[in-house]
Amino acid sequence: MYLIVNDVGHEVDVEPEMPLLWVLRDVIGLTGTKYGCGVAQCGACTVHVDGVARRSCQVRAGDVAGARIRTIEGLGTPDAPHPVQAAWIAGQVAQCGYCQSGQIMQAAALLAGTPDPTDADIDAAMAGNLCRCGTYPRIRAAIRAAARAAQGA
Amino acid sequence: MTVQTRRQFLAASAGLVIGVALPIRARAQSGAAAALGDGTLAEGSFAPNAFVRVAPDNTITVFCKHIEFGQGPYTGLATLVAEEMDADWSQMRVEAAPADDELYKNLAFGIQGTGGSTAMANSWMQMRQAGAAARAMLVAAAAERWGSDAATLTVSAGTVSDGSNSATFGELAEAAAAQDVPVEPAVKNPSEFTLIGTDRPKVDSRSKSDGTAMFTMDVYRDGMETVVVRRPRVIGATVASFDDAAALEVPGVTAVRQIPQGVAVYATSTAAALKGREALSVEWDYTDAETRSSEEIFAAFSEAARSPGLEAEKVGDSAGAIAAAETVHEAEFLFPFLAHAPLEPLDAVLELKDGKAEIWMGAQFPGADKGAVTQVLGLEPADVTMNVMLAGGSFGRRAQPTAHIGVEIASIAKAAGRDGAWKLVWTREDDLTGAYYRPITVHRMRGGIAADGSIVGWEDRVVNQSIMAGTPFDQGGADPTSFEGSTNMPYALPNLTVDWVKQELPVAPLWWRSVGHTHTAYATEVFLDELLEKAGKDPVQGRLDLLKDEAGRDRAVLERVAEMAGWDGTKVRGDRAYGVALHESFQSYVAQIVEISDAGGLPRVHKVWCAIDCGIAVNPNVIRAQIEGGIGYGLGTALYNELTLGEGGEVQQLNFDTYRMLRINEMPEVEVAIIDSDADPTGVGEPGTPPIAPAVANAWRALTGSSPRRLPFARAGV
Repeated sequence: MYLIVNDVGHEVDVEPEMPLLWVLRDVIGLTGTKYGCGVAQCGACTVHVDGVARRSCQVRAGDVAGARIRTIEGLGTPDAPHPVQAAWIAGQVAQCGYCQSGQIMQAAALLAGTPDPTDADIDAAMAGNLCRCGTYPRIRAAIRAAARAAQGA
Repeated sequence: MTVQTRRQFLAASAGLVIGVALPIRARAQSGAAAALGDGTLAEGSFAPNAFVRVAPDNTITVFCKHIEFGQGPYTGLATLVAEEMDADWSQMRVEAAPADDELYKNLAFGIQGTGGSTAMANSWMQMRQAGAAARAMLVAAAAERWGSDAATLTVSAGTVSDGSNSATFGELAEAAAAQDVPVEPAVKNPSEFTLIGTDRPKVDSRSKSDGTAMFTMDVYRDGMETVVVRRPRVIGATVASFDDAAALEVPGVTAVRQIPQGVAVYATSTAAALKGREALSVEWDYTDAETRSSEEIFAAFSEAARSPGLEAEKVGDSAGAIAAAETVHEAEFLFPFLAHAPLEPLDAVLELKDGKAEIWMGAQFPGADKGAVTQVLGLEPADVTMNVMLAGGSFGRRAQPTAHIGVEIASIAKAAGRDGAWKLVWTREDDLTGAYYRPITVHRMRGGIAADGSIVGWEDRVVNQSIMAGTPFDQGGADPTSFEGSTNMPYALPNLTVDWVKQELPVAPLWWRSVGHTHTAYATEVFLDELLEKAGKDPVQGRLDLLKDEAGRDRAVLERVAEMAGWDGTKVRGDRAYGVALHESFQSYVAQIVEISDAGGLPRVHKVWCAIDCGIAVNPNVIRAQIEGGIGYGLGTALYNELTLGEGGEVQQLNFDTYRMLRINEMPEVEVAIIDSDADPTGVGEPGTPPIAPAVANAWRALTGSSPRRLPFARAGV
């Protein structure tokens, strides 16, 4: 099947029911998207499918053939990080870092649809992304900072 | 500043080292050369010791002997080296040190290992001296080159100068390697620090924000198979028989093998391995299993708490004092099994080729895991290489004196019976059902209050397993990790008895972020708060009045947090209630005050004020982050977490839907104050965790009239 990941096409030979998470990691070699629970309870595997944040552990590869899939690797570049990534770095958010790809993808999707989120918006969008290290206060601050930066404030 | 994996470094420097044995005098290449082998030092590099390498390209690489899983040693230890070298922060690099129990031992443990919040404390002087030695040799090389007096040279931002000449560290590296290694290099006076005490940005923030940080899970080798293991739902059960016919029919499954840990399914992809495991049929033998339920274990522990145990601390005559007291107060506190649940589950990669093995693991005791692989595969130690990877959290879970992951990945390789590469993946279900829990614990407390309101008697009986028993850390007798924090309280109690009733069960226990303090802080700080309340005393002033004369650091954090929170003795204000707790752990002193409300029968924590004294604050930003995280970890657990064994001993929580984590909407605002100190640094990874649960429970009692006798709050149905 043909998957479009980070604007690059990949012809992959996998069963249609293989979770997108494992196609990305085991087949395509994009390891920034993480496994944490396998049942859409932690958010570590969050990617964008046609701009919408999805838990890739629960997305069948066959269902997203031809869709535009974006992973953490395709969000920004080292020279031009996405505003959310820049805010994450400036805010020193990551501790162990394992959940942060998913957090960042979720936050980027939030800001794409809600450029100036309230605390309630942030809670609603981010409550499905677990961080065992407890970086939540910094995630909240970084999302606000990214929103301000995007608005040129 | 960036993090470089050893492999990346090898790739980058390969062109420089071909055919080159150690280019410079061996005496100046003591540690790193021995540990890393000849091939890893670029020509012209300077490695004054096992921890620091200065390359001709003017980068300085620090080999961090401690694993990085978010608690910040990569940044912290590099800061110590950079400080003493007078390096420029931008030239610093960090790599994981290889496994070597001698060169890279934790000075607090005697072997290489990370835990007990010791990374900074044990490295403090060692890494500063490593940096100071490097600086002295670079300066000596410059002095020799210019014919100047070394004492007159200055160093700033990685450049040595004598006023008319200047040279970068990189330019001096080769010549520095020829200098004598100072035995006891002088380190700076703290008043001279320019990096220590400042918010250095963490070295791993960028790679952890763009997906490039490499965890064990992200290691892929040519021809590698993924392996998942079918394990029992009842802890201690073993495989009686299994049928792999259906599993072997799953496309991508290449083999099924019985190993000591269960039935291993080998496959060409993770998805196939998981599907193959689903298709397995296994019969279990429960002979050595824990088949009691948590409720039955609690009942047995409560019964055990009726009889005295091993004496842990005794002052005066507590029984007599309580018998004669005006008011007697008793409580029994119950604490469940807890899983650590780091977000990266346990994993390991092993490649076996021509009698040599290479391992990739987030190993907290890398020497132990390397040793296990060596032993299981019957290899020579020199033929086994351990790459210590970044780990996606641990909270104690990867600190494995039994090296059970090393044993398991080696067993998988051995059962395959050929050369190859395998990645062992524990699923979340494996993680939660796989034991190595914070052990179930019961505290039986008794206290006596005299007519004048003074606390005259205190008894605390702790009932639980020993974590140390059977490990290399076992010193026989009472295991202090079972009751630490119940002993050595900062309060002057005239009659006190702490004793420990040891329990043994087939469920492997393990240290869980703050170890014994996870339960002792709760039992002691809630019980004390209740005694103060019965005596009509203010929780802050009552504690201050009780502190021993020598408890000045406890006093300072408590006074500071009271000031931060504007404490005036008001425990309830509108729908908000306030509670306090004070607890020292890992030589760091922490006081917290919380503001809560009642959100449908569970506490909603709005704000936490926290004061910590952890000695010199090497990186205040990292300390604040660890306190924030420690509070979140402790709070989520206190509210929601228990790992329960049901009827027949079957583990009842399989994933995060039932083993509930704190979420962002439940995270309180956290305000941290760090006490100014000139004492040597102490731990910050764990000490933020113990006080949060008792502080919340004390606030909850102010609001509702009672503090839970059993955690978590959600279970207690308060």
